Amino acid sequence: MNIDGVKNGIVLDHIHAGESMRIYNYLHLDKLDCCVAIIQNVNSTKYGKKDIIKIDTNIDLDLDMLGYIDSNITVNKVKDGKLLKKVHLALPETLTQVIKCKNPRCITSVEQEIVHKFKLVNKDKKTYRCIYCDAENK
Amino acid sequence: MENVRNLINITDLTLEEIDHLIEIADDIVAHPEEYQDICAHKKLATLFFEPSTRTRLSFEAAMLELGGSVLGFSSANSSSAAKGESVSDTIRTVGCYADIIAMRHPKEGAPIVAAQRTTVPIINGGDGGHFHPTQTLTDLLTIKRRKGTFNNLTIGLCGDHQCGRTGHSLVEAMLRYEGIEFVLISPNELRVPDYIKEKMNAANVKWKEVTRLEDAIEELDILYMTRVQRERFFNEEDYIRLKDSYILDLEKLKHAKKDLSIMHPLPRVNEISVEVDDDPRADYFFQALCGKHIRMALILFLLGIK
Repeated sequence: MNIDGVKNGIVLDHIHAGESMRIYNYLHLDKLDCCVAIIQNVNSTKYGKKDIIKIDTNIDLDLDMLGYIDSNITVNKVKDGKLLKKVHLALPETLTQVIKCKNPRCITSVEQEIVHKFKLVNKDKKTYRCIYCDAENK
Repeated sequence: MENVRNLINITDLTLEEIDHLIEIADDIVAHPEEYQDICAHKKLATLFFEPSTRTRLSFEAAMLELGGSVLGFSSANSSSAAKGESVSDTIRTVGCYADIIAMRHPKEGAPIVAAQRTTVPIINGGDGGHFHPTQTLTDLLTIKRRKGTFNNLTIGLCGDHQCGRTGHSLVEAMLRYEGIEFVLISPNELRVPDYIKEKMNAANVKWKEVTRLEDAIEELDILYMTRVQRERFFNEEDYIRLKDSYILDLEKLKHAKKDLSIMHPLPRVNEISVEVDDDPRADYFFQALCGKHIRMALILFLLGIK
């Protein structure tokens, strides 16, 4: 199966197999009017299977959100058909307006204008806690 | 805004700063005349969106004894919060009137939001079931005055550990000292939250959970009793089922150490029998006095006066 390379745009590589649609929805890629290709279950020497998303334009990506969803993703920025920049994602130290605190005792549950913010407290378990009430994101 | 010091959590203070506050508190007792006008023309706002006796009154008494003045409200119903005003807007407004703000709010994290909205120092007087750092300072001063040290103590916390903010703050404070052991006494439904367990594990302190006070009392240097808090329950049935889980009486104290210190942040309901009040080990009203001294020291510290 052949899919053309991106000339000016972004390639999201090493997406956990089966997760590409979730990322497509999170990034609202359906709103773009350029060509977007989702390639699922590609053979990968590193992970066995992986997904890839190719976006045929340069857009600003929320790397924190992407890193939170799947920190194994590689973001390749392509210009004039050449790799301009490769970014290896990691779990972000803080998440701002990515997830919401579900603790009914938290101040964010009653005051809507407050920015939801979480901090990474355990990298191995991918645990984040609300900066206001310390509740764990579950 | 960067140089403003707030007290949201007890860990906002270094051990040296806590020692410094305790020194000031002791100096206030030794030389009250040197402090009686030290805060002249300064104003403390006490914003209590939730009822309080000791915390609010001790803050107000502290500021008055320092020669300052006090403004504020003692319930959300007597402020514009009753009209739906946000914490952010209330704090922005009060920050125009006061030099320092002590606040209590039922929602966790409200003082963090407040500190983001003003250049006036914010003191957390309790935020939901989360933290209550000035109670912890009170507890630390009581421990220092009664035990003479913060090291090598076995501390039993008895009651509601799920919502008991005073216990959470005390654990966080004592984690930083040497040779501390915690015995957490509670019904299974009111166990300490995971994030407090993670902090105890990360600090490598010894801790255990038990359900019966009788099984732990003889090994304790400090017994910190807390109330099962009706206002933290979403379900009245659960409150009624758990409210009488622990009642400390003279019979149970027969097995305790002679130099045990019995502490309680107050108010109590029935978890300490009144017959215990005359026991020399009962330190909870002494603790209330310590609360005023340490809050005086804290006000001076956060205003940059001492």
